[in-house]
Amino acid sequence: MQTIISIAVDALTYGMALFVICIGLSLTMGLMRLVNLAHGAFAMIGGYIASYAARDLGLWYGFAVLLAILGTVLIAIPLERFLFRRIYGAPQLTQVLMTIGITFCIIGITNYLFGPTLKTIPLPRGLAEPVDIGFRTIAAHRLFVLVCGIVVAGGLWSLIERTAFGVKLRAAVDNAAMTSALGVRTEVVYAVSFALAVGLGALGGVIGAEFLPVEPYYALRYMVTFLVVVSVGGAGSIPGAVLACLLLGAVDTTGRYLMPDFGNFFFYAAVILIVCLFPRGLLGRA
Amino acid sequence: MQTLAQTQPVAMPQPKRAWWRDIVGVALIAAVGLAGYWLFPDNLALLTRVIAMALLALSIDLLVGYCGIATLGQAALFGAGAYAAGIACVNGITEPFTLVLIGAVAGSLAGLVMGVVMLRASHGLPQLVLSIAIVQLFHEAANKASAWTGGSDGLAGLSPAALFGVFEFDLWGRTAYLFGLGLLLTVFIVLKFVVRSPFGMLCRGIKEDPVRVGAMGAFVFPVLLKMFMISGSVAGIGGALAAISTQVVGLDSVSFELSANALVMLVLGGIGTLYGALVGTVIFMGFEHVVSSINPFHWMTLVGVLLIVMVLFAPRGLTGLMETYTGLKLGKRGGRA
Repeated sequence: MQTIISIAVDALTYGMALFVICIGLSLTMGLMRLVNLAHGAFAMIGGYIASYAARDLGLWYGFAVLLAILGTVLIAIPLERFLFRRIYGAPQLTQVLMTIGITFCIIGITNYLFGPTLKTIPLPRGLAEPVDIGFRTIAAHRLFVLVCGIVVAGGLWSLIERTAFGVKLRAAVDNAAMTSALGVRTEVVYAVSFALAVGLGALGGVIGAEFLPVEPYYALRYMVTFLVVVSVGGAGSIPGAVLACLLLGAVDTTGRYLMPDFGNFFFYAAVILIVCLFPRGLLGRA
Repeated sequence: MQTLAQTQPVAMPQPKRAWWRDIVGVALIAAVGLAGYWLFPDNLALLTRVIAMALLALSIDLLVGYCGIATLGQAALFGAGAYAAGIACVNGITEPFTLVLIGAVAGSLAGLVMGVVMLRASHGLPQLVLSIAIVQLFHEAANKASAWTGGSDGLAGLSPAALFGVFEFDLWGRTAYLFGLGLLLTVFIVLKFVVRSPFGMLCRGIKEDPVRVGAMGAFVFPVLLKMFMISGSVAGIGGALAAISTQVVGLDSVSFELSANALVMLVLGGIGTLYGALVGTVIFMGFEHVVSSINPFHWMTLVGVLLIVMVLFAPRGLTGLMETYTGLKLGKRGGRA
């Protein structure tokens, strides 16, 4: 029983951390039709900035998180303007190649600037201590990740479904030419949603650093995981992403607890099964 | 049929001129290969590796360039060939040609499995994800089955018998290199026939528009599956060659990184021509050898920049650039990649 509960808690928090990172990628892939394999690289940049701010400069954790998001977005904006904007609507293989290229560049530069060692993000005392939630105690950090995941999911859903910006975004996705003819500046809409996606990725990179440690190969190592999670959930669907992250997080964590020497075997077996059954993802748009 | 004729004004192939060109091309490859043998006698192991990678890039080109199937998991087929040849060699079958045959068969069987799974998804992204998942699964399987594959230590202790019973695989890799060059030329000539056959034309048609080809009465699925098996056997031959020449099979021969690198080589050379795969591999691995011996991370940055530049300014690769500037056509392409 104890094992089942620890597996469940770990799976849930791991899934939520994965969700916060991946939802940005899901947005770019589903709404902007851009296969952005460099998303993991942005999450990594976020992790590096937070680590630098919190560990080397000794800033408060919340401030470091904010700084990480802002810094990553600042880095991403010129990249969007000069590189990504050229491959909107290009064939998927082209997008994959370009974004792999960007990822390689970011890995090389990061290693040059920060070295190949693992970077930690020190947690504040409130998050580092265990919390009693009635039937057992869990680390406060895990609760924090859970809350972040829920807030991000809810916030995004209401942004896309309930606000004027969401309406513009969905319109631009369905028919960009018609939307701009109606007076919506589609480049701005795209740029803002790209920045939003990158910011969420950075947030995920920081709060998920306990599960996916920050180091230069982060971008490449988890690139496949992120891409897989998004396409299992169905690109562009928030409930789909939640479902996929929880499901794959559960499969992965359970596999590691019960049969550690199989590594990622169950994760990818589950992926093949799901993608074969649902080629558009669990809740993807037709 | 009227609209078909209008939208695809592709000239009928001119057999006579094309044949001459192919003979010159093959002779050129042989000449460059032999020049490598005389010019870099100390680096023959690297050059053999280049040939194995060229076979892998060729096999990717068959899928990406001729069928329009995006794959990032081709190393699964390469690794299947390498491990099959390696296991056979350890268990007493040491004749090199038999080993290559075993590698080709294993590769094409792996290609069959991969094709059946990947063709479940009809378009780009799910196919990419499936191909990645398959190569990762093969990786884990090879890691887990350490009784057969040696796991993460790699499969060592391969000692292939002498070629034709005469030429030993020596320390300098002379035999291995010439053996590999012969294999590459044979495979290249066979593939030239394949891509020019009605079957190859059908594949190119499917790349352009699978729905229309289906409407014209061809069965798309078995055609693509056949191409998967051909591609798998080419990759398997590459894997077997790598196993025979290095006498070790490591887990890295079934990895996502290897697949991605091979795809980059293909893109560098140019998708959709067999020459592109060769040119890209030689240039990529040559640069890699020089730069990564200085600093592997600089190499990574450089590859990244290279990819970005290629996508933005030369989407048809180096052979595409050459065609543009010299007017020499290396092969019929299906337009966009």
